[in-house]
Amino acid sequence: MRAETITPDQLVGACARMKAEGFRFVTMTCTAMDENSFELLYHFDKNLELSTLRLTTSKDSPVHSITAVYFAAFLVENEIQDLFGLRFPGLALDYNRTLYLDEEIRDAPFCKNAAAEKNTAAE
Amino acid sequence: MPVSTIPFGPQHPVLPEPIHLKLTVEDEVIKEVVPALGYVHRGLEKLAGTRDFHQMVQIVERVCGICSMMHAMCYCECVEAMMGIETPPRARYLRLIWSELNRLHSHLLWLGLFADSFGFESLFMQFWKIREKVMDLQEATAGNRVIVSVNVIGGLRRDLSPEQQQTILNILDRVEDEMRLLEKPLLGDYTVMKRTKGKGIVSAARALELGCVGPTLRGSGVAQDMRQLGYEAYGDLAFEPRVEKDGDCYSRLKVRYREVFQSIDLIRQAMEKIPAGEIAAVVKGRPEGEGLARVEQPRGEVFYYVKADGKKYLERIRIRTPTFANVPVLLAMLPGMCLSDVPVIVLSIDPCISCTER
Amino acid sequence: MFPMMPAILRNFFSKRATRRYPPMTREPFAEVRGELKNEGSVCTLCGVCAVKCPSQCIVVDKKNATWQWDPFACVYCGVCVDSCKTGSLRQEPLYRKAATGREIVSVKIVLKEQTK
Repeated sequence: MRAETITPDQLVGACARMKAEGFRFVTMTCTAMDENSFELLYHFDKNLELSTLRLTTSKDSPVHSITAVYFAAFLVENEIQDLFGLRFPGLALDYNRTLYLDEEIRDAPFCKNAAAEKNTAAE
Repeated sequence: MPVSTIPFGPQHPVLPEPIHLKLTVEDEVIKEVVPALGYVHRGLEKLAGTRDFHQMVQIVERVCGICSMMHAMCYCECVEAMMGIETPPRARYLRLIWSELNRLHSHLLWLGLFADSFGFESLFMQFWKIREKVMDLQEATAGNRVIVSVNVIGGLRRDLSPEQQQTILNILDRVEDEMRLLEKPLLGDYTVMKRTKGKGIVSAARALELGCVGPTLRGSGVAQDMRQLGYEAYGDLAFEPRVEKDGDCYSRLKVRYREVFQSIDLIRQAMEKIPAGEIAAVVKGRPEGEGLARVEQPRGEVFYYVKADGKKYLERIRIRTPTFANVPVLLAMLPGMCLSDVPVIVLSIDPCISCTER
Repeated sequence: MFPMMPAILRNFFSKRATRRYPPMTREPFAEVRGELKNEGSVCTLCGVCAVKCPSQCIVVDKKNATWQWDPFACVYCGVCVDSCKTGSLRQEPLYRKAATGREIVSVKIVLKEQTK
């Protein structure tokens, strides 16, 4: 899998460049690397070829939303907010972590949790 | 005119699955749409941490009931590419045949539901009567009616005997014959045209910008079909994506109606060319690294991302289903339309909500 | 003028598309994945089926020599049948009948080694 590694500051500019070149936004993938660091992959398609942008982030340094460039990303960004507890400032249609979850839920189900993993290992 | 808000769904007569749309209307014209999901979220991606990568085949099959075969096929392709497994040629053709059967019954299901959405009950029953033949074919060949469960990593678990191949061809002849009979009531009917023409128009540029996939994209005039990638045996067969120009509900209806015949044609071509031999390759070891795979489902492109580090369990599996990519376009289709057209337009993207939420 | 007419006429002169279900049933297809059966005299309690099962509906108890199957958790994928080395597992072509309560199917296994 080919992926171009970028920094969070370059993201919106890189997406705007992708859009100008006629790429279709496919989706985003978030992977929890450990408790606080996350890997975000942005997948784009042009003429049946996939291109991927890769960046690493943490809960304390939110990545800016790309919905201003690709509006279609609002759904997947909301999903990542729900499942991983990350935040995307500037999100065009922000559900405030209620797309899948109920309002009172605070924790993120897809995050790596060292304490919980220890428990399952002990079992 | 005062503005009011009307909830559409999650329970609505035309919706087989729960999605909620908050419609802001002025008089009876839609001004704004906000979709709400989360009624059937199951968190299947998380199960990658408790089921090994062979068992994940059965998990991903259950992402969607209608296109289960394609989910498993896409996942298997992804893992096979990561492990460097070459599937036998016969398995590649068999996968094509079963996935086209899946597409056939999915499109027939949708054609029926779509007819139902504008109140054409008898046409709905006609399509579902035809669909039953395809469902029986799946039950007779794979053992299960809906979730056919024929894929394993490296190939397939079931083979088609020459008699079964002949039965499939015979029944497809009848399906085609009955489908031709329904062309006029579906595409030439005054009421159907009145309800679908000029409704929910999306231009090609707008559809691409909003990330549409599948028949929704092809109905707007973009000739993009993941089968052009030539995965499995598609590269060996004559194949041309079905495209319509207008971008309205009628175009999307025509794309899907014509794709039914395309699927029948592809199965016939595959039956002629299918080679003899093994149906599964030997799988040794565990996947490592990252992999991407894409497959064309009845509703459009499905995207799989798998990350593994050589352990028993996969590190991450990400599934982007076609409806997930087609929901944003509703926000562009609905404004300006009449409240009574909402069911037709919503159904025209063929929403599969269980897929969307996984 | 009447686009539906050919389909309607054909429906008039062809046989019923449906059948009166509970009294009338269809012959099952030969290779249908239906109810799971375990042959108690062949099973060796190796436990491969329980490990391979994606829905974890099989419990093999080696101490008490029982093989337990939860038909309500089973997804009828047939992975256990494919992985069974002794061939004691098989799927009947008939589906289970509707049930009024939850039950777990338990099979007592008689091991050959013990009988020697």
